[in-house]
Amino acid sequence: MSRLVPFFGFLLLVALFGFGIWWNTQHDQREVPSPLINKAAPAYVLPRLDDPTQTVSRDSMLGKPYLINVFASWCIACGEEHPVLMTEGQRIGVPIVGYNYKDEPGDAKAWLDRHGNPYAMVIADHEGRTAIDFGVYGAPESFLVDAKGVIRYKRIGPLTPDVIEKELKPAIAALQKEAP
Amino acid sequence: MRALLRSLALAALMALSTVVLAQAIDPLPFKDHAEEVRFQKLTRELRCLVCQNENLADSNADLARDLRREVFQLMQSGKSDAEIKQYLVDRYSDFVLYDPPVQGSTLLLWFGPLAILLAGAAVVVTTIRKRNRNDAGPAANDEGDDW
Repeated sequence: MSRLVPFFGFLLLVALFGFGIWWNTQHDQREVPSPLINKAAPAYVLPRLDDPTQTVSRDSMLGKPYLINVFASWCIACGEEHPVLMTEGQRIGVPIVGYNYKDEPGDAKAWLDRHGNPYAMVIADHEGRTAIDFGVYGAPESFLVDAKGVIRYKRIGPLTPDVIEKELKPAIAALQKEAP
Repeated sequence: MRALLRSLALAALMALSTVVLAQAIDPLPFKDHAEEVRFQKLTRELRCLVCQNENLADSNADLARDLRREVFQLMQSGKSDAEIKQYLVDRYSDFVLYDPPVQGSTLLLWFGPLAILLAGAAVVVTTIRKRNRNDAGPAANDEGDDW
């Protein structure tokens, strides 16, 4: 019996390494869990892209849930995500606020003109300073903010039809159940 | 002797040029050397979110530059190292720390290797004990079978 101990040890290591390989294929290693989920969205005041004299703030957006979608004209994955927002955006049930991240206003406008504008409004964070408060570390990222200004869901990377169906819509449905 | 001097001079020049290079990436207005050392140490303990195997000090990513500036400004406003780290953890989770804190989800990470080592030691000790007991017995059959 005792001479089988090394063999079982070996099996254990094989199982461990096997699990490691499986685990790495199952989740995106780049994904950093957001500590902001179920916490109040950071207070922000940002100018609108189309009219920088007007600002939008967390407090001015209170009252109804909305989705913040971080995008930029320089961001390649945003180009992949964009058609999905164009077709699915109307159907998710909450307005989408475009968050133009570290972009030149002219580039961003040209990009929206060329590809279409799925956003209810677009706010611009040229410096990316507010994005640090949101824990943004790339684009695209999306935050679902509820009527009380609390972040309820975050997606890192592009929204795909699959993600919208399996994650975003249930999260939105949960909000609507809460607020009759 | 002259060759030695020359290589020393060269080494000094190279050392100087790396300092200049490091400054060129991020010309931050440190008020003295101690402050710069503190900044370097702190940013070395923080992970760059974009290129996840690099620390904030070494990374050339745009976000890393922003976060270095943020760390610098927090230092200027008199925040302690712990407060600065907490500020980043609040936004980017424990992931930004190269040394994750000891807590439920990281127990295995911190003590797993020690546990495996102890388990191995236990196997070795019991094996040796058993062998000794067999040796002490009158019928030491296994011993020297193959010889």
